Amino acid sequence: MQTNFTAEQLRDPDTAASNQVLRTCVHCGFCTATCPTFVLLGDELDSPRGRIYLIKDMLETGRPATEEVVRHVDRCLSCLACMTTCPSGVNYMHLVDHARTYIERTYRRPWHDRALRWVLAQVLPRPGLMRVALYGARLARPVVRLLPQEGVAFKRLRALLTLAPARVPPPSQVETPQVHRAIGARRGRVALLAGCAQQVLDPAINEATIRLLTRLGVEVVVAKGAGCCGALTHHMGRHDPAMASARANIAAWSRELEGEGLDAIVINTSGCGTTVKDYGFMFRTEPAPWQERAERVSALALDISQYLTRLGYAPTREAPGLTVAYHSACSLQHGQQVTSEPKALLRKAGFAVVEPAEGHLCCGSAGTYNLMQPEIAGRLKERKLANLNATRPDLVAAGNIGCITQLSGSGLAMLHTVQLLDWMAGGPEPEAVAARRREKGAV
Amino acid sequence: MIAQPEPKKDVLARRDAIVAGLRALLPPDGVIAEPLRLKPYETDGLSAYRQVPLVVVLPETTEQVAAVMAFCHREGVRVVPRGAGTSLSGGALPMADAVVLGLMRMNRILDIDYADRCAVVQAGVTNIGITQAVQERGFFYAPDPSSQLACMIGGNVNMNSGGAHCLRYGVTANNLLGLRVVTVEGEVLDIGGAHMDAAGYDWLGLLTGSEGQLAVVTEVTVRILRGPEGARAMLAAFRSNEIAGACVDSIIASGIIPVALEFMDRPAIHACEAFAHAGYPLDAEAMLIIEVEGSPAEQDDLLGRIKDICNRYDPISLKVSQSAEESAAIWKGRKGAFGAVGRISPDYLCMDGTIPTSRLPEVLGRIGAMSAEYGLQVANIFHAGDGNLHPLIMFDANDPESFRKAEHFGADILRLCVEVGGCLTGEHGVGVEKRDLMGVQFTEIELDQQRRIKSAFDPGWLLNPSKVFPLKAPPALTQAA
Ligand code: SF4
Ligand code: SF4
Repeated sequence: MQTNFTAEQLRDPDTAASNQVLRTCVHCGFCTATCPTFVLLGDELDSPRGRIYLIKDMLETGRPATEEVVRHVDRCLSCLACMTTCPSGVNYMHLVDHARTYIERTYRRPWHDRALRWVLAQVLPRPGLMRVALYGARLARPVVRLLPQEGVAFKRLRALLTLAPARVPPPSQVETPQVHRAIGARRGRVALLAGCAQQVLDPAINEATIRLLTRLGVEVVVAKGAGCCGALTHHMGRHDPAMASARANIAAWSRELEGEGLDAIVINTSGCGTTVKDYGFMFRTEPAPWQERAERVSALALDISQYLTRLGYAPTREAPGLTVAYHSACSLQHGQQVTSEPKALLRKAGFAVVEPAEGHLCCGSAGTYNLMQPEIAGRLKERKLANLNATRPDLVAAGNIGCITQLSGSGLAMLHTVQLLDWMAGGPEPEAVAARRREKGAV
Repeated sequence: MIAQPEPKKDVLARRDAIVAGLRALLPPDGVIAEPLRLKPYETDGLSAYRQVPLVVVLPETTEQVAAVMAFCHREGVRVVPRGAGTSLSGGALPMADAVVLGLMRMNRILDIDYADRCAVVQAGVTNIGITQAVQERGFFYAPDPSSQLACMIGGNVNMNSGGAHCLRYGVTANNLLGLRVVTVEGEVLDIGGAHMDAAGYDWLGLLTGSEGQLAVVTEVTVRILRGPEGARAMLAAFRSNEIAGACVDSIIASGIIPVALEFMDRPAIHACEAFAHAGYPLDAEAMLIIEVEGSPAEQDDLLGRIKDICNRYDPISLKVSQSAEESAAIWKGRKGAFGAVGRISPDYLCMDGTIPTSRLPEVLGRIGAMSAEYGLQVANIFHAGDGNLHPLIMFDANDPESFRKAEHFGADILRLCVEVGGCLTGEHGVGVEKRDLMGVQFTEIELDQQRRIKSAFDPGWLLNPSKVFPLKAPPALTQAA
């Protein structure tokens, strides 16, 4: 569609990139149909097309962001369902990322909003701090009942405290920088993004990944200096910290690449995977050698399900007679367009795989969204749980820690896909599976 | 920019009072009045035309719609109804002095009656939403406009939308049983119902395709059908547009009626393949998607006969879909075709003329010649089986000259359609886009007859008044033609 930027404005590379995105949009409106916020709120302004229009106007006029625009951009989950739907190939992700940075630069949020964002940006990417914070949140849980019902700040605090898991697992040994040797003949060498929040919330996921890969003959490197992928701060529009995190990872993996080499950079948290696969774009205007390095890293990044498919996965145990509902994380299905691999692997592993209705709709987790927008996130969660329960599954598998945390605690056994694959290929039985099997046996 | 009627000065002057009055009728977030938040409502699927409205309201019930209509009627305020905002003819283009009445929040399925094969849904339910609600029991709602994922049934009724499968199942009008509408005065009326053809005048027929000018549709009773035993799509690739057009004519002339018979030319094939990865023939100049349904034996028989006909036109390839996934990808490409053209051109105007199928080869040839003359590319995507053309004229909206040329080119195509015995619009409606071309199709006397119908429902011309008819004062209701 038509845009109105001056030549001067277009000299800014971010504006030029957004102009390209806007020109690709033909305003057809297809994307509105699959946008979770439009489905819930029924307002063009809470649809992708409406947001694109708001952002277009904000960027064209060059005005500081206003509350009206921020409200609707903040409600966007960055689930990217709109990108899957868009026939024209509009890169909404790059546009909204630009808008968020622009908002962060030009808009002053209310104090409590700033405070919460600051805390999250400090804590989540740092496993040590986060562990402390979760213990704190657990201790503070009884306070939830005492919080006032009204007020954005209190609603968010309530969401924060409720979301903190009742049990904080002890730190795992596998995630410290080291090389996990392949068992038997070496068939490959990969770097694993050990991540940040996931390590704290559920270290069993990385453990299963490393066990499975090494058993399949892959050497797994947890590279020194690599850590948070930068997605959490990136989605808050905090450009500099996001770039710093990304740069640290790119540096760490580039060292490995130039040393013993890597066949892939494996990521088992799809939210992070989407961002790592976008490093090439994030660093497009950075000086050499960063641009090339970032591109190389992005090109090597693979979701664990993609890598296992490439490697050839086969189970060693008997099919357990369990039905798994596959929950397609948005970052995997929309962000990375990985849809068939996880289901095919689960089937190969011997599970009956079912899919919930409205599989394209976000569960409301969306990074820190469930903390910032608890009401919309809550409605999406209920909707997702109802659709999952309707499939009558024994277990639910997902490829993203955010979804697993969001959907846990409601009676469904939530696991990472790789935990099930590891179990069927000789790994230990996950506790949630054992519990479910005991339950079934008792019936 | 398209001409709009002079905004009512008194309405503009009373804006704050009108907004306050509307706020009193609706939930707090149901009224949008801040300039920045109004902007995204300034256009629909035809983004070349834009106008920021006075205010937007988002009612949730028929009662709220009635309250808004009664209020606007009392205040003499114009109203532009809007569904998903996917109109390609500017059917939901706002006016500076008008309330945009968005029906997106009315998105509930109210009743499904499998025994009598009908469903009652609110106007803001998407077209595909109806099928999704009934498909578990093996039913579907037949009309399937390309935008069916997003477009809403209320809009379908107002534009009498068709779709790829209307060759077999008919358009919206043929699948409609009843409507609940709100009149311009704010009165709620039920028309038709869960049975065939009511006594008296065919009000349902009159309201279907009335482009939001006679009443506001809030609930729709549609016919749902049991799905076919099976269906299979075939891709036939040809060496030129004209050859493919001639093949279409032969298929129709042979008496075979496939469920769908769709045409795409080279630019369209390439754009859609990039989106849907459906295995479209990239070496073809033109391609037909031909779908048949029935038992496996029926499908084989029909496909065999269609293949024989295609073979007479020296096809590059003929490929029958081997799985449900493959068929789904084939249709995903076709249904996303307009948007997919956004991959090769920043903007397009989508035409919607119809012609007798026997004239297809000739018309395609002439469109090609015009394209060269105007220096603008065209992607041809259309429902070939019923002669409903959708040439997409590609242009660059950042270049005013290019847009002006595109408008003229479009008008020429539509004139051509009328010249060969067809008409201006197959399924997108006249809207604002073809408004000024109505004189090519109708005489002034005919247009005045139609205007009097509008006046009978809406004497003050408050409902979506800038559409369908060339702008001029409506004739007196009683004046003889
Ligand atoms: S589907 Fe794509 S082209 Fe259409 S309005 Fe949405 S973003 Fe724009
Ligand atoms: S990213 Fe998700 S929430 Fe945001 S506009 Fe796209 S579909 Fe809607």
